[in-house]
Amino acid sequence: MANMPQTKETGSPFRLLGLAWALLGDVLDPVFRAIQKHIGAHRMAYVFLLPNLLVFGLFSFWPMVLNFYIAFTGGTSTLLAERPFVGLENFRELLACPDYFDPKTCPVAGYSFWTSLWNTLFFALLQVPIMIVVALATALVLNRDIRARGFWRAIFFYPVMLSPVVIAVIWDWILKRRGILNALLSDAVDGWNAFVKTPVFTLAFAFVIGVVVASLLRAVLPKGWRARMRSPLHIGVLMALAAFGMTMFGSPPQFPALVLADFRPINWLVDGRSGWPMFWAIFVYTWGHLGFYMLILLAGLQAIPRDLYEAAEMDGTPKWRQLWRITLPLLTPTMIVVVVLSLIRAFQVFDEIYVLTGGGPGQATKMIVQHIYETAFTGDAKRYGVAAASSVLVAGILMLLTMLQLVSTKKKAGG
Amino acid sequence: MATLSLKAVTKAFGPTKVIHGIDLDIAHGEFIVFVGPSGCGKSTLLRMIAGLEDVSTGDVEIDGAVVNAIPAAERGLAMVFQSYALYPHMSVKQNLSFGLENLGTPKAEIARRVDEAARMLRIEPLLARKPGQLSGGQRQRVAIGRAVVREPKIFLFDEPLSNLDAELRVQMRIEIGNLHQRLGNTMIYVTHDQVEAMTMADRIAVLRDGRLEQFGKPLDLYNRPANLFVAGFIGSPRMNFLSGKIAGVGANSVDVALDGGGTVSIPCAPEGAQPGEAVKFGIRPEHIGLTVNGAGDAALAVTLTEQLGGESYLHGALPSGETLSMRLAGQTRVARGDSIGLTLGEPGFRHLFHTDSGLAFAPLA
Amino acid sequence: MMTSTDFSAFFGRKRGRNGFDWTDALAYTYLVIGILIVLLPVVWMAVSSVKSQAALGENDPRILPYDQALVTPPNGGRPLGVFTLTRENGTVEEVALVAPRGANALVYALSKPNETFEVPRKSLTRKDVLQPHFENYTDPTIGQASTFKFLRYFWNSTFVTVVATLLTLLTNAMAAFALSKYKFRGRDAIVLIIVATLLIPPTVILVPLFITVQSFGLFNSLWGVIIPAVATPTGVFLLRQYMLTIPDELLEAARMDGASEWKIFWRIMLPLALPALAVLAILSVIWRWNDFMWPLIVLTQSEVFTLQLGLSTFKGELNDNMHYLLAMTVLTLLPVTLVFVFLQKHITTGIANTGLK
Repeated sequence: MANMPQTKETGSPFRLLGLAWALLGDVLDPVFRAIQKHIGAHRMAYVFLLPNLLVFGLFSFWPMVLNFYIAFTGGTSTLLAERPFVGLENFRELLACPDYFDPKTCPVAGYSFWTSLWNTLFFALLQVPIMIVVALATALVLNRDIRARGFWRAIFFYPVMLSPVVIAVIWDWILKRRGILNALLSDAVDGWNAFVKTPVFTLAFAFVIGVVVASLLRAVLPKGWRARMRSPLHIGVLMALAAFGMTMFGSPPQFPALVLADFRPINWLVDGRSGWPMFWAIFVYTWGHLGFYMLILLAGLQAIPRDLYEAAEMDGTPKWRQLWRITLPLLTPTMIVVVVLSLIRAFQVFDEIYVLTGGGPGQATKMIVQHIYETAFTGDAKRYGVAAASSVLVAGILMLLTMLQLVSTKKKAGG
Repeated sequence: MATLSLKAVTKAFGPTKVIHGIDLDIAHGEFIVFVGPSGCGKSTLLRMIAGLEDVSTGDVEIDGAVVNAIPAAERGLAMVFQSYALYPHMSVKQNLSFGLENLGTPKAEIARRVDEAARMLRIEPLLARKPGQLSGGQRQRVAIGRAVVREPKIFLFDEPLSNLDAELRVQMRIEIGNLHQRLGNTMIYVTHDQVEAMTMADRIAVLRDGRLEQFGKPLDLYNRPANLFVAGFIGSPRMNFLSGKIAGVGANSVDVALDGGGTVSIPCAPEGAQPGEAVKFGIRPEHIGLTVNGAGDAALAVTLTEQLGGESYLHGALPSGETLSMRLAGQTRVARGDSIGLTLGEPGFRHLFHTDSGLAFAPLA
Repeated sequence: MMTSTDFSAFFGRKRGRNGFDWTDALAYTYLVIGILIVLLPVVWMAVSSVKSQAALGENDPRILPYDQALVTPPNGGRPLGVFTLTRENGTVEEVALVAPRGANALVYALSKPNETFEVPRKSLTRKDVLQPHFENYTDPTIGQASTFKFLRYFWNSTFVTVVATLLTLLTNAMAAFALSKYKFRGRDAIVLIIVATLLIPPTVILVPLFITVQSFGLFNSLWGVIIPAVATPTGVFLLRQYMLTIPDELLEAARMDGASEWKIFWRIMLPLALPALAVLAILSVIWRWNDFMWPLIVLTQSEVFTLQLGLSTFKGELNDNMHYLLAMTVLTLLPVTLVFVFLQKHITTGIANTGLK
């Protein structure tokens, strides 16, 4: 924050801006001065607080309270007076399932609730670890003495700036049946199959086989043998030469096992029997949010004092030990923040996936917030009560996650 | 004309009382220094005068009118802060004129006052700069200038020199003194440095733990400290205190048998002196003399000699184990390990205090 | 082979005296691949947004916008596609396809437009030319060719973003000023409530918030999107943390200088809190511009749609307007992209320092 733009003394635009600023304040000053004269300087604090508290109270605090009331009412009216009190009926409809793991056994509202809840849990528990591992790896790489770190960091961060709708449109376009991913894969398979049949591939393949087999042998053989062996590179070159000889003077070796079957376009987001829709839901969401967590982790890494590494270097600490004993332990507080934040956010995923798949195919990618949204705001029967009851249950789960964070931070601080 | 009176002023932050009832009368044109160790309440007292802190009980009066309820801006005072508190986003000129603009002073008048203050403080070339582009001394001048342009009834200084280096501090001390000469305003100056207090003040108020220990002219505080605290606080290096018991009470003097050996006679009003009472005998390092033959009032085993060229300090221990410091003019041959004889001052330079209350025996008029 | 030691060296904090080694090569490879995954979809989409409707429909995997070359026949009429004819003897000629004839095709050579002849269709390859279609952008904006009312949506989005950001800055800064620089009864309680609300996700108050907004008559009004967003606890929190670091002595100096509390706020506090205000302004612009769920609930008439709503609705329509959709997507992501390009450093450091998004 230290290097934010500062107004400059010289330079007329800034000067004009400053004058306009002063003028605007001075115009309002008599009003506030009169209030201050009336109530005293100390109570001006309440005047400054008033606008924010008013909005905050009406549009944050009051709805929180109201939510509980609505959860116990039925009907489709938005007028509170016209909403009959139904007690626990809404909750019963959500929770009266013979088998929570099989939402089909639930009432209609319960079916939607439990399907989307299990989807959300599955999504969050898979997405969060994957994203954190990739974000951490990226942050660690960027924390090296990388040239133009700012540039790389900015690029990785860029998708965070994009709106969920834009992200969904881009990926939907890529993942269409007649989209560029299928086209690229098809081209790649064709290209590979053509490449497999060329002599260049034969030579390269022979070289790689030679190097890999020789390396494995070196690892397995006893010391004495190993000393007598030629280097893996050497053997690779020999293998390539042999293949070259066969190509020139005999029949070129063929590898039919390496020829892939022709690629048939996949309906990535529509094919309900495959796991692809959920896969892409996780992928696209991670693509859009990774940069943020990468940035936080990188900031955490850069806050670790450099001299710790210099001291470790002086002690002759190997790199892997520095990573495990210095970097990761000192990153723990940041890591806890990242885990909890990403878990809470993943649990509330809606925008990207709703625009990308609409929750489909079927209900394969329907998340809990979509359930609340659709229950309350789409369809003919606007079941506000059921939606509010679902919200209460979700709030409970989120509260639990937050508690978990507080407890784990406390434990870390204590230990 | 600006006089200031504090009438039984107290201050409490919640249950903790930080000022315990202070009475003080300051005449027009006086340069008053509040001095005391950190946490003594001197800054709080200044901020109460300024109007930045409420007065819990008691009254602050300016020119005879109680100002407790009057906001800071309307008391007609100006303050120079310890951190200078210059507005970092405004130029020096804007810093100087901001207050006058708030008061609705006409533009021409603002320009005149700013120019005059800038000339007086020699900051004219800096008017277009931002505080961040100034040195410590320059910032100090601007902070003073901001107070000067207001033409306040009373100037308040809150440890204004504590962020400057030693050389600059001496220079600014002289300049503030000159400023006072020229403007003739009442000034109240807070510091923890007794040298600043001694050199600048017309009168000094010594504070400790929210209480006024003594209020008087600098040399009165030096010559006739009212208690052990003031005696120890004023003067550098600090006064030596030796324990003893009253051996005899005369008409205008008290004889004290020192625990470290020897007896001294202190001229003072002997009221309340009881033979055998534990007392503290005080003598400043500069008033102790060296005897030629090693005899004298006390014998000192020297543990450290500091030679400053123009003067020398000897530190050592008396037979009782009490430590003692003395100042010698010029240079000395006394070295560590030597044993020397001392004279404990001319009788007029001797001080005597009750050990229990810390109060001084009243000196003879 | 990559042993665990090498693996850690790759992720470890490099490095001493030696120059470029293989772990560096690996690091840069990682970064390049990562950037391809991040940027390629966006760049590809942006370039494809000037492809023709036909090219998008037939899923041309080439990144640049190619169209089949067309030529008008000598007697006028519909333009004909241009093909490259490769004869058996290896000569090559450009021809226009008049009509297919079974396995053959009736063509004429561009050099001799009046002599038609038949050739096997196998000997023809389509001749493509680079042809960007900027009408994908102009039709839905200044033209009338689409149901996508870009200018209206753009204005709505801009209005919401600008007004909400200004109101957010003002009310949040005022509240943060009160909460950081005054001592008054209930202050700590208010701070606590605000921090607690940071933890309450907005998704769990959708229904009651909707009912509240509707009861204020703000349903299908842009103000229904703006006002609930204004009192963001995040902003108050962020600004308060920054204002706490501004020394009280400055405010006291201003108070001695006769400034009213409002003037202290406006002339001293706001200019000094500019860095934090800038961060909040940038965040607010991004939040409001990208908002989707709440506008989706409050705004149901296309007259008040924001760009995000318009875009998602347009995407859902069952028509073959991919060329418009991509172009409008580019226009929608353009403002935040420009903001990001120019303020990249401030955004990343600001977010890294505050941990807020």
